[in-house]
Amino acid sequence: MAEIPEILPGLFRREYTKMTAVLCRHFGLKHIEIAEDIVSETFLKASETWPLQGVPENPTAWLYTVAKNKTKDYLKHTRIFETQVSPTLLRGPGQSEPAFDFSAETIADSQLAMIFAVCNPANSPESQISLALQILCGFSITEIADAFLSKPETIKKRLLRARANLRNDQFRLEPLHPTEVQTRLDVVLRTLYLLFNEGYFSKSGNALIRKDLCAEAMRLTHMLTENAVTNSRLVEALLALMCYQSSRFEARLDGHGQTILFEAQDQDMWDTELIDRGHYYLVNACSGSVVSKYHIEAGIAYWHTTPPGTQKWEHILHLYNQLIVIEYSAATALNRTFAFAKVYGHEAGLAEARKLGLENNTYYHSLLGYLYTPVSAEQAAEHYRRAIGLSQSPAEIRTLEYEYARLTGTTP
Amino acid sequence: MKEFALIFRLNNQTDFRPTPEQIQERMNWLAGIAAQNKLADKGNTLSNESAKTVYADNVVTDGPFTEIKEFVSGYVIVKTDTIEEAVELAKANPIFKIGGNIEVREIVQRK
Repeated sequence: MAEIPEILPGLFRREYTKMTAVLCRHFGLKHIEIAEDIVSETFLKASETWPLQGVPENPTAWLYTVAKNKTKDYLKHTRIFETQVSPTLLRGPGQSEPAFDFSAETIADSQLAMIFAVCNPANSPESQISLALQILCGFSITEIADAFLSKPETIKKRLLRARANLRNDQFRLEPLHPTEVQTRLDVVLRTLYLLFNEGYFSKSGNALIRKDLCAEAMRLTHMLTENAVTNSRLVEALLALMCYQSSRFEARLDGHGQTILFEAQDQDMWDTELIDRGHYYLVNACSGSVVSKYHIEAGIAYWHTTPPGTQKWEHILHLYNQLIVIEYSAATALNRTFAFAKVYGHEAGLAEARKLGLENNTYYHSLLGYLYTPVSAEQAAEHYRRAIGLSQSPAEIRTLEYEYARLTGTTP
Repeated sequence: MKEFALIFRLNNQTDFRPTPEQIQERMNWLAGIAAQNKLADKGNTLSNESAKTVYADNVVTDGPFTEIKEFVSGYVIVKTDTIEEAVELAKANPIFKIGGNIEVREIVQRK
């Protein structure tokens, strides 16, 4: 048997989600499975015919045509069913011609609508991210499980429940209505934010998947900025944050997927183009009177790109102070304490850190390890040891073990 | 978890303007409480210029109500298990450096 053309997996990744989104907008969320079946059959046909007849000149156009024809067939078939088998379901004529196209504009609108459909408040944030990865980013269940460090069965179950909620959702995909967009925009932004963080701070050692998660989150956020109905100062602030963070992506992972601490990063590896894009979106985001947590986090990320000695840590601490007052999270509390120690020294930082009471948090102990290092090597090693015991991530454990070994000359 | 209002009182120096350092110190204190997840409401500052005091029989005077030459300058609401914990949080506030004091009062929810 002839081999599957090399081009197909990449096409699948790029086109599957687009085509599903367009068809789904046509059929409605209730019938998302029909849309997915038609697209899957289209790719199946490609994998059967291309090896024999050669890859068509314009593979994407080929896929779109086949998907459109399959939709036509499907509608014709259901019309026969509806007229002959179940006359009560008879609808008006002209149903067999699908009223859609695969133009760039339709694809963009459909994907945008799908983002809002996926971010259904009925689903937990975790489910929303899993669903987004599957429906918007074309990730396989195994890839999602790898990103979350979960078992594929867990992800499968989570997706089943989330899909049931999706089908029952009354959310209208077309047209995207400004008031409906506004009611869901917060949830959408939080999902994209978490999706990005999942990649950026992922426990998964798989650097490729991590990079993909970040790139996909940025692609979707960028889509929101491109449409007047969905763009806002908050969207721009979030995109600015993502640009700044990902500018350091290469610099903060070594060859073994191990995280390189900020201070040890090679700044020449920072992506200046992304930093410039971050500036662009941050300036836009700040031209209103809105200040959201995304604005503040983008501000913090901005100061991280500046050289030391410009009072950068004072600015960073100031922003963390604002952020923690808006919304508590353990991560923000710990990062704020790190900035506090940078401004007021390790001893003051320790006093502040010990108040946090996050005894079961890996980062709490690695922060205490860091803060104790110039004060008491013994205490520092003890906290690194506890952090290692709490960590679930192999890459993180390696980083912590390195610190422990540096202090004690032994392995924990 | 109970909620306590920390009520800040300053001596009668209505022209008081905090320096940037004092603002920073106060912000560090507030964020330190938030970082322990003990901030219920960041509260507000109460103006001492745009202020009137209303008495019986339609008597209205300019300025905040002052008693032993003190006036309320603002409040913050914290959430802690005990009033002792709330007092500990209050003790770290920089207001004492400028002669102020803090009243800690448990918030009683109206039924």
